[in-house]
Amino acid sequence: MIPPLPRPKRKNPVLRTRAPLLPPGPRSRAALGLTAAAALGRFELQECAACGAVQYPPREACHRCLGVELPWRRQSGEGELIAETTIHHSHDTFFRERLPWRLGMVRLDAGPTVVAHLHGGCGTAPARVLVGARLDKAGQGVLVAFPPEEVPNMADDRQLREMTCDPKYRKVLITDGKTAVGQALVRAVCAAGAELVWVGHAEPWKKLPGLEQIDAMPGVSLVPLDLTDSRAVREIAGEIGGKVDILINNAEVHRTQGIASRSGIEVARAEMDVNYFGLLRLAQEFAPAMRARAADGQSSATAWVNLLSVFALSSFPGQGTYSASKAAALSLSQTLRAEMRPAGIRVIDVFPGPLDDEWNQTLPPPKVSPEALARAIVAALRDGVEDVYPGEVAAEWFARWRENPKALERELASQS
Amino acid sequence: MSTDTLAALAADLLSGRIRVIDLTQTLAPEFPQIVLPPEFGQCWPFRIEEVSRYDERGPAWYWNNFSCGEHTGTHFDAPIHWISGRDLPNNATDTVPVQHLVGRACVIDCSREAAADPDYLLTRERVLEWERHHGRIPPRAWLLMRTDWSKRTDPVAYQNFDETGQHTPGPASDLVRFLVEERDVIGFGSEAIGTDAGQGYHLRPPYPCHYFMHGAGRYGLQCLTNLDRLPPTGAVIFCAPLKIKNGSGSPIRALALVPG
Repeated sequence: MIPPLPRPKRKNPVLRTRAPLLPPGPRSRAALGLTAAAALGRFELQECAACGAVQYPPREACHRCLGVELPWRRQSGEGELIAETTIHHSHDTFFRERLPWRLGMVRLDAGPTVVAHLHGGCGTAPARVLVGARLDKAGQGVLVAFPPEEVPNMADDRQLREMTCDPKYRKVLITDGKTAVGQALVRAVCAAGAELVWVGHAEPWKKLPGLEQIDAMPGVSLVPLDLTDSRAVREIAGEIGGKVDILINNAEVHRTQGIASRSGIEVARAEMDVNYFGLLRLAQEFAPAMRARAADGQSSATAWVNLLSVFALSSFPGQGTYSASKAAALSLSQTLRAEMRPAGIRVIDVFPGPLDDEWNQTLPPPKVSPEALARAIVAALRDGVEDVYPGEVAAEWFARWRENPKALERELASQS
Repeated sequence: MSTDTLAALAADLLSGRIRVIDLTQTLAPEFPQIVLPPEFGQCWPFRIEEVSRYDERGPAWYWNNFSCGEHTGTHFDAPIHWISGRDLPNNATDTVPVQHLVGRACVIDCSREAAADPDYLLTRERVLEWERHHGRIPPRAWLLMRTDWSKRTDPVAYQNFDETGQHTPGPASDLVRFLVEERDVIGFGSEAIGTDAGQGYHLRPPYPCHYFMHGAGRYGLQCLTNLDRLPPTGAVIFCAPLKIKNGSGSPIRALALVPG
């Protein structure tokens, strides 16, 4: 039985806010394959190209035939819990604060036996389990054994919550509530149980539909936030930065210009000012406060979400300056991730294909609906992944990019 | 004689018999800028980034970099701003004769009308009525339309948008022609975000104040404030734009001299 997550009490202001700690982080380059897959929400192990053996832990050569071609392949994770233990004592500073901690050994149906964190819903050994990969607080891939069937309060498991960023009872800042995506996000995080949602809005004199309905929702507060205004970002960070547990930066300027289609740089600069410099301004002002609150009890600061675009990977020349601004934002987001890692705060990059928005009016479907994008972001928080490619276009382009980036460059050019 | 005038002016300024009134809104990021449909190019709002403040970025000095458009904040419109004035001589911020940038101002109080109707259009008849009380508008004077719009300190109220666009007061089309052709004004000044009314696009011609004033080589001032502190006649205003090469306008520090 997993007890349901209690609504957290208010913080006791006479107690020190604890400093964040991380589980052991070092990994071999081979072992980082597990992390790379877990970052996408996948459980992958090496499979020997020569003899087909599945192996764990990851190594440089096949344990059976010494073959060195060991591609990572997705695993079903089905297996048998053959042994378990509960740790009551540890010299590791991270686990010392989180005892007792349950671990087990699972013999995967695919062959190898793995060490996994045990979800509270798993029965005592021997028992059937389903192994999945998650990122731990250090941002490294680890294995978690889940019960084979859904159990009540599955996401509320104490050990699992160390690896996820569930919005339940958390305070969320969504940086732009004036777009359909922003409004879908507000609804989605509220439905996911967020305690409080701050919603940024710029240029209040521009009336756009939907904002008043958002403002009327319980737990939602509008805050003036214009990512092009450094002082305004600093002011709002001073005001609420010390309370934000999850920051979702969905503010963007999206126009549909290449280089030759519009003279001058005004549109490109406006895109860069929000999509790149806006993220930089937010990160400079909000990240320090969030890092300081990464171990602030049950509802600590936990995640930062950037709405990028699959065009960040490879330019869509018809939206070339937008692509460039998103590529710049992706690069900066990697820096933010590196700077957030010591605090264990997850930086989630979201790479949708074309959204079904005003500026993509003339693009044919499939396009990602704001609601589907919002669902994907909430799912990413619950699963604690790092990179999300919502929608079929994004998933396909990502696969093509991984396989042959030059070919994708040519394909995108011919689509523009 | 002129030397005496200037000496007397300087003495009156020192003694406070002539007061200097600031007609300028503070340049701040929160002050709104003009809004155009998003597919058009946009005017930059005022933005400011700190360079250093007695810190590791510059230990003994404080300074900022700022950015804005030529038409941000309290600003001056040169004739080249509008297509009707594009071929006139000396039509840009660096070439307008500086003699034009200091001059008399007539102030028409439309604050009651604007309070009752945000789309209020100042008419030729209303100006003729004003002249019956205050005398004929002298040649080469500014006509400043006082609406107390600058007292709307909330940017939402100042911009006053609804789904049909902006609702702010301005001049009627026939008034602008009258001012140019029959009163030879140097320009028109407004407290709202443009010299034309918020719904000026729907007048004939669209944006008549821009079209006729700039087409005749005259100027515009907008986002003025403190017009309620000016007398109907007798003030002298200073409204020099920055000397931007071939600029269409510029933020200004607009000042008025008034009897103390």
